[in-house]
Amino acid sequence: MAFFSMAGSTLANLFKKPATRLYPAVEPKCSAITRGHVAIEVNQCVFCGICGKKCPTLAIEVNREAKTWEIQRLKCIACANCCEACPKHCLRMDSAYSQPVSSLEKELAHEVARGA
Amino acid sequence: MSSVSSSKHTVIPFGPQHPVLPEPLHFDFVLEDEKIVDVIPSIGYVHRGLEILASKKEFTEFVYVAERICGICSFIHGMGYCEALEEIMHIEVPGRAQNLRVIWSELSRVHSHLLWLGLAADAFGFENLFMQAWRAREGVLDIIEETTGARVIFGACKIGGVRKDIDGDTLSRIADVLNKLQSEVQAVCDIFLKDSSVKHRLCGVGLLSREDAYALGAVGPMLRASGLAYDCRKLGYAAFSDINFSIVTETDGDCYARCSVRIREIYQSFDIIRQTIAKMPGGEICAKFKGVPDGEALVRFEQPRGEVVYYVKANGTKFLTRFRARTPTFANIPAMMQVLKGANFADVPTIVLTIDPCISCTER
Repeated sequence: MAFFSMAGSTLANLFKKPATRLYPAVEPKCSAITRGHVAIEVNQCVFCGICGKKCPTLAIEVNREAKTWEIQRLKCIACANCCEACPKHCLRMDSAYSQPVSSLEKELAHEVARGA
Repeated sequence: MSSVSSSKHTVIPFGPQHPVLPEPLHFDFVLEDEKIVDVIPSIGYVHRGLEILASKKEFTEFVYVAERICGICSFIHGMGYCEALEEIMHIEVPGRAQNLRVIWSELSRVHSHLLWLGLAADAFGFENLFMQAWRAREGVLDIIEETTGARVIFGACKIGGVRKDIDGDTLSRIADVLNKLQSEVQAVCDIFLKDSSVKHRLCGVGLLSREDAYALGAVGPMLRASGLAYDCRKLGYAAFSDINFSIVTETDGDCYARCSVRIREIYQSFDIIRQTIAKMPGGEICAKFKGVPDGEALVRFEQPRGEVVYYVKANGTKFLTRFRARTPTFANIPAMMQVLKGANFADVPTIVLTIDPCISCTER
């Protein structure tokens, strides 16, 4: 039976740096393939709409006539299905997480990337 | 309920919001002095109706819903759903995908058990140990993020195989990282098994006899800590038929035995991952398939918390007729009630925590 078995780590903790980061002031630790949020190279997009059809949460809406690509960030589950389906490879997963939204109005706003 | 109305008895509500509970679960404890004489549990606070979504989402998309039944057991939920569909559609999953599934399911077991160790330490008031356990868990989450792209909801499984491959360099690096991680985890686990104050809170508390565990249908570490060697991984799903491992059991049936089973399972999972990396076959990671499922399947898997059963019924369309998951926490509730009767009220947090309750899974 051991006594004071945590005393060593308690003393070490007094002199060590914190094990956590002050996110968002400090960048989070991500890997090269971290699925943070969907990003689009809109100039390469042909607005075929396959990403919207493949999206399991119907977060993406594509309008071929108006050449718009919209995503509802709060609906997106960052599964990367759209990126895998994109025939032009203009969709990718960025490692940074989506920015938080502060009001209901902004949460419902669509992000629109206008095509050329 | 006649005992409730007796003047000698006190009824104390516990939960659904309680500092020791990670998720909402409610009990009414009928006490005689400090002893519990009866327990009335109620669940249903986080029911989301995920099973009925199976008839509204296409079967290829439902894997994302299945993964979100619970955050901690997410990979095995996704894998269970995929394997049920693969059984219905007679899809031959490539060997490499089977082995990758083993690696990820064992990593999820390690991070779940480390999470539980932290929660247990928190429940008996050992804050430093709680933080050390969760710090060790971060190492596992880093491996998972590096290989799948996410920390908790992996999104790595799909019908026919897996969505991501792990290259040879990364696999050998994972093996090295696991060696370092094992010594870090061992330092934390040794405190759980040897420290006098931890033993004081766990030894002899919440006794579940071998007969009761069997009769009440306990599963997972709760069952194995009472001396019954039952582990669904021995059924040989994914690539487990090629893995050499023996079922971890303890005989005491108390909280300490349940803690010990989980700790030994962490080491066992490290060993299984090493074995899988050593004999990882090459080839494809996903089999292509055509058509829609028609038929039904019932599959069983070993979640970190115990046996989980999935039932899937398809009708030849893109939408399933029925999806059902019987989760381990649900199966463990009768055994937990048995254990709580006769216990001291002060031991309730420890006993409730040692079944590793996962209410999101239970209520779906």
